[in-house]
Amino acid sequence: MRIGLAGFMLLVFSSANWAAAKIEHWQTSQGSRVYYVQTDDLPMVDIQVVFDAGSARDGSSEGVSALTTGLLDTGAGTWNADQIAQRFESVGAQFGASSSIDMASLTLRTLSDKTLFDKALETMQVILTKPGFNEADFQREKNRTLAGLKQQEESPAELASIAFYNALYGDHPYAHPTSGTIQTVSGFKVDDLRKFYQQYFVAANAVIVIVGDVNKQQAEQTAEKLVAGLPVGQKPEPLPDVGQPVKGKLQHIEFPSTQTHVLVGVPGTYRKDPDYFNLYVGNHILGGSGLVSKLFEEVREKRGLAYSANSAFIPLSRPGPFLVSLQTRNDQTKEALQVLNKTLTDFIEKGPTDVELTAAKKNITGGFAMRFDTNKELASYVGMIGFYDLPLDYLDKFQEKIDQVTVASITDALKRRVKPQLLQTITVGKAAGEVKTSRRSERKGRGHRNSEK
Amino acid sequence: MNKQLLYAALLCLPVMNCGAATKASEHILGNGLKIVVKEDHRSPVVVSQVWYKVGSSYESGGITGISHMLEHMMFKGTDKHPAGEFSRIIAENGGDENAFTGQDYTAYFQTMEATRLAVSFELEADRMRHLHLLADELKKELQVVTEERRMRTDDNPQAKMQEHFASVAYSNSPYKNPIIGWPSDIAGYTVEDIQAWYQRWYAPNNAIVVVVGDVKTPDVIALAEKYFGDLQKSDIKPLKPQAEIEQLGMRKMKVKVPAKLPSIVMGYKVPVLKSAEQEWEAYALEVLAGVLDGGSSARLSSGLVRGRQIAVAADAGYSLTERLPSLFELEATPVEGKTVEELEAALKAEITKLQDELVKTDELLRIKAQVLASAVYERDSNFYQAMQLGMLETVGLGWQKADEYVPKINQVTAEQVRDVARKYLIEDHLNVAYLDPQPINEKTDNKGAK
Repeated sequence: MRIGLAGFMLLVFSSANWAAAKIEHWQTSQGSRVYYVQTDDLPMVDIQVVFDAGSARDGSSEGVSALTTGLLDTGAGTWNADQIAQRFESVGAQFGASSSIDMASLTLRTLSDKTLFDKALETMQVILTKPGFNEADFQREKNRTLAGLKQQEESPAELASIAFYNALYGDHPYAHPTSGTIQTVSGFKVDDLRKFYQQYFVAANAVIVIVGDVNKQQAEQTAEKLVAGLPVGQKPEPLPDVGQPVKGKLQHIEFPSTQTHVLVGVPGTYRKDPDYFNLYVGNHILGGSGLVSKLFEEVREKRGLAYSANSAFIPLSRPGPFLVSLQTRNDQTKEALQVLNKTLTDFIEKGPTDVELTAAKKNITGGFAMRFDTNKELASYVGMIGFYDLPLDYLDKFQEKIDQVTVASITDALKRRVKPQLLQTITVGKAAGEVKTSRRSERKGRGHRNSEK
Repeated sequence: MNKQLLYAALLCLPVMNCGAATKASEHILGNGLKIVVKEDHRSPVVVSQVWYKVGSSYESGGITGISHMLEHMMFKGTDKHPAGEFSRIIAENGGDENAFTGQDYTAYFQTMEATRLAVSFELEADRMRHLHLLADELKKELQVVTEERRMRTDDNPQAKMQEHFASVAYSNSPYKNPIIGWPSDIAGYTVEDIQAWYQRWYAPNNAIVVVVGDVKTPDVIALAEKYFGDLQKSDIKPLKPQAEIEQLGMRKMKVKVPAKLPSIVMGYKVPVLKSAEQEWEAYALEVLAGVLDGGSSARLSSGLVRGRQIAVAADAGYSLTERLPSLFELEATPVEGKTVEELEAALKAEITKLQDELVKTDELLRIKAQVLASAVYERDSNFYQAMQLGMLETVGLGWQKADEYVPKINQVTAEQVRDVARKYLIEDHLNVAYLDPQPINEKTDNKGAK
């Protein structure tokens, strides 16, 4: 039965003695890394093929990863888009292809019954290894992307996010939006996509995740089959390091909305960061734990200034953003930004209390099993572990790592990693004279400067 | 490939798995509280949801959105636990929680490690009857809800169009009002209003507790008896019908908002499972929605987005589980160079085709295959399963309907799809809204993409 779940965030968790999933790992004959977990409660399988080919690999062709990935299932082998869609849907399989900053991913959810599974798998394999990149499909998908980019300009949230990444990352490949810009996408030729595909969609650059009702031998055959038609190729060079901004900065974008969207942050943490768990737990207390975080308490519960107020570290291959956000009525922007900044800087200065840390640990470890209690979430975790080359016992050690965190270690890590004087602040909304005052309200020595916009 | 063979393989699946699948069961306490439990032992977790039979479609003019406002206030303290305590206790127990309000229901949920279900029950039982409403808390929360409305609707062109569309498409059905409420209604709530709404609807005999997860049914019932059993029942007055009058001709409207892309929404008045003259009509409308928009191979993607390349995106939507008769909606955005009027003609041509020609066998099989497979995929999520049970129960269909869905869809024929298209997708019952984009502002418009 179809019911809409959009808008609900479903988290997860559990008892400390529950064994985490057993992840098996090997390489295909062509050097693709495979990560496999058998779960046989339901007659279904989730498969992901992930390449180090996200928008960070776009180069100057900003958006080329997203469009390349999006074009894969519009024609492959001898099939057109209709035939591909019919092949999947006639067996009830669900296929998707998308790009994020670090990854280009193909995903398949299918029933494990052999007849159905084989047809879905064969379709995925042809899409992956023999995409057509036909001119007509390219023009159509490019136009749809351009329409989407145009539509972004009616959303203050999207405009704020684009400006935020730009402010944090400057010349780094993380700076531009995954879907590119109207300017860059308009200039694409189908050959740009073909070249991108040939360079990055290669066996040596692929991670394969299989979670579900298949045995080890079937999983091995599945992985071999998927990438057999790909050239071995090579992994791309590691991405350049991310530097911190030279100075703090405030940028306002005028927009006729009723609310001002506020984003504050700096480049934060990466997946293999030794500080990761300190920053994770610290952020959980500051603004990562929904209805009980400090930001939620100060901004919403005490003052009613916003519906949503939260913070997050988004760990990537290189330091992804540390991001604090809220949205508030235009004329309250100054007050809300003051509360946000004070809450943030106080927390960096003083760290959490013992009581707060104990509560956070109880929440995180007490809810551990809920992190991967569905095949979908488990596959997503296994994909993350595989792609970022984390230890296979990552989930087994997760609670232990959380338990090791102390007030001192959190405070130390936050102080080193989030420097208030370097914060980048983006506001998008109707200024009504508020932004100038809010600039003056910034703490002394913060060095924020209004932007060129 | 032999399509019949694949389909046969699909049909076998539910049979193959009925050993592993546990049926839900229900138990009613002395005070009228219904407990629905579905055991699922895949992970040591549980989801617990408390559903109240009240939502925006229960509201009348002047207090629209009050169900949603009350949902927010339910986190603001009881006689026993002050504001914020509920969330703190759930968090300390590793739980995750939230709440949501719909047209026909208000629901509260926690997901927890399975042995901690009692924590959830104790707190939910407490706030079912002992909410302590404070003027100061309401004052702040009014601001929060106003910000929520700004974020969801006021600054979102598509949401704004949808809100205006519903307000015109319905004549007198309470579905014409937004769930979050009209701005002046939100601004006017008093503590007395909220208190009265709470008294009227929040009682064990107007609620359903749904539990799905690694639990044993008798234990859950015993636990429910312990925490909810002593709560007083209420005299719940029946709801006025507010039955939508018949629409006597097509309605068209334009919504002018700052935006970058035009779009169109079309909605036909249709019955739902609860109101259909014959049940199969609702299932046939569901299949019809699948013919148009059941995946990338369906007609809107294949015909309008790819084939004729007239739409950037096109969707069809129908929900058969609403409490009151509803709309069968089509929504689309034209490609550059095409107009919403051209798109309207193309969408109407799709409807005409459904009325004139029988859906092809392979199309029908494809939709049924997806429904069968989805019934397996849905079991991956306790939360989703609990949602289905709770929703069916609150609209008055009964949770047992969840098990009928796959077989009933299976029985739908091409003739039935054509018949409901002819009977219900008629022009006199059609409503059309065009989003007419207005300039956002000069600065942004000249700025380009960056």
